[in-house]
Amino acid sequence: MTAQLEQKAEGARVTGRQPRSSKQNSRKGDRNTERRFATWWWFTPALLALVLIHYAPSAIGGFFAFTNWKGLGKWKFVGWENFAAIADGGPTTTALINTFIIGISFVVLTNVLGLLLALGLNRTVKSRNVIRTLIFAPVVLSSLATSYIWKFIFEQDGPLNEFLRSIGLESLQRTWLGDPSTVLPAIIIVMVWQNVGLVMVMYLAGLATVSPELEEAASLDGASLWQRFNYVVLPAIMPSVVIAMTLMLINGLRVFDQIQALTGGGPYGASETLAVTIYKETFVMGRFGFGAALALVMSVIIIILTVAQRLLLRTSSKG
Amino acid sequence: MFRYTKKTLLREALLILVALIFLLPFYFLINLALKNGNDALTTSAMQLVTNPTLDAFGQAIRGGRQATLMDGMLNSIIITAGSVLVLVAVGSISAYTLSRRTGKLSKAAMGLILVTMVLPAQAAIIPIYVGMRNVGLVGTHAGTIIMYAGALLPISIFLYMGFTNGIARDYEEAAQIDGASRFTVFRRIIFPLLSPATGTVAIFTGLIVWNDFFTGLIFLNGSDAVTLPVVIYNFVGESVSQWNVIFAAIIISMVPILAFFLVAQKKFIQGFTGGVKS
Repeated sequence: MTAQLEQKAEGARVTGRQPRSSKQNSRKGDRNTERRFATWWWFTPALLALVLIHYAPSAIGGFFAFTNWKGLGKWKFVGWENFAAIADGGPTTTALINTFIIGISFVVLTNVLGLLLALGLNRTVKSRNVIRTLIFAPVVLSSLATSYIWKFIFEQDGPLNEFLRSIGLESLQRTWLGDPSTVLPAIIIVMVWQNVGLVMVMYLAGLATVSPELEEAASLDGASLWQRFNYVVLPAIMPSVVIAMTLMLINGLRVFDQIQALTGGGPYGASETLAVTIYKETFVMGRFGFGAALALVMSVIIIILTVAQRLLLRTSSKG
Repeated sequence: MFRYTKKTLLREALLILVALIFLLPFYFLINLALKNGNDALTTSAMQLVTNPTLDAFGQAIRGGRQATLMDGMLNSIIITAGSVLVLVAVGSISAYTLSRRTGKLSKAAMGLILVTMVLPAQAAIIPIYVGMRNVGLVGTHAGTIIMYAGALLPISIFLYMGFTNGIARDYEEAAQIDGASRFTVFRRIIFPLLSPATGTVAIFTGLIVWNDFFTGLIFLNGSDAVTLPVVIYNFVGESVSQWNVIFAAIIISMVPILAFFLVAQKKFIQGFTGGVKS
């Protein structure tokens, strides 16, 4: 029934468009077959999902960021009050700074180490497939579950402190996750360990496109290892660099699982990030309006930094 | 030029060393899970287990105040399978529609999908939560499947469009001349041709859903439908410092995905990088 209606409507549209399409006769045939093969009714579930899960909630969330809504009952407009509270130097400001520190260190470390591993494994090494599989393995595992292994490693009487004692470095022993000066580096190590395999695989895919002949020619012409990398390899893997850096930046800025598992944001908020604060404020404290404001800030930061990074990579690859 | 020289040997040795250090956490994980409660507390984590026992695994399976590991496993399977099913069905047919229709409407729909990538997803989750709470979908399998499928649909459509655009129309025309309806053409001809994309979509989105903790924590914690990561999270909270039992629980939770990974690792890596690149 609906299909019939659709066909009638299409018939009407075809006749209606006849005069205009005369100048593109070659494409007219295509258009007719297009109409025969799919109907817009097939797109309605997707449209519903886009509106109900993406557009409407984002708009409503953006709206409530300017209110003091508690998830239930009455609310009133508070203007920019929520945003001023985020930047007032309190715990949320720490969360903001931590998010930047983690996001940026995470991008740099995963990409440098991932690229080094990929370059090391690229050719000739016999055990490369096995090593690649092993280093990729944490990527498929739950980051919550793997974080608990690391929580144990960082414990007061855990393997890391035990190792330091056994090599005579007792002075370096500490409660790694309970010390504000070491908690962020510890969290970053866990995040890098979990994700470096993904970056490595992305760079391996990029390296596969570098022509060995070109590298060989450069080498015969007397190019050093660094020159070969800089002038032959790097331009060829630039697409991988862009994708890997963008993805890691977004993932780093959104980190939640590792922190919730390792510290819950402690000690005394020293490892809180925006995602953790959003969770606490919204779903533990019930401050939906404030949580929405934080979420909006986080989304805007992600967009700005992603775009900035892309522009930076574009200019550096041209220069 | 790229022959196996002494330098390569050195590089290989270095890489193997790196890999071994990289895998140390898994050594601690398995080693400690096989120790009994007493040894777990008194012996060093580095020391190899002397009398391996499955006690910790038994405790892990029996434990869990609200939901056991097996409850979580079942819920995770239902929710992941349900979400992937919806994503494959809706993603493939939507992508096909968009690639066969090239008018303004199609461009507009593509734009609508693209823009979702920059929408404030973190701000959106709060209204979704409130909306689902109002219609009683929080804490249910169906609500969670709707949430995941809706959130990941743009990625699924993108992955499929990489394939639908490249399918020649000859097959469809031939089938239609033989009297096949539009939906039959899609179901019997197009969908089977899309199976590589279906593999990528299933692996990529399936892994995201299976491992996701945040959504589960918000939408499911406290209900009967809790997924595996949430069960593990609560389990760790309940078994303070019983690391051998915690590690046994973590191993159990990792078994399905790890088995899957080792069997189909090539497809996994392809699916994952393919998904990431779009």
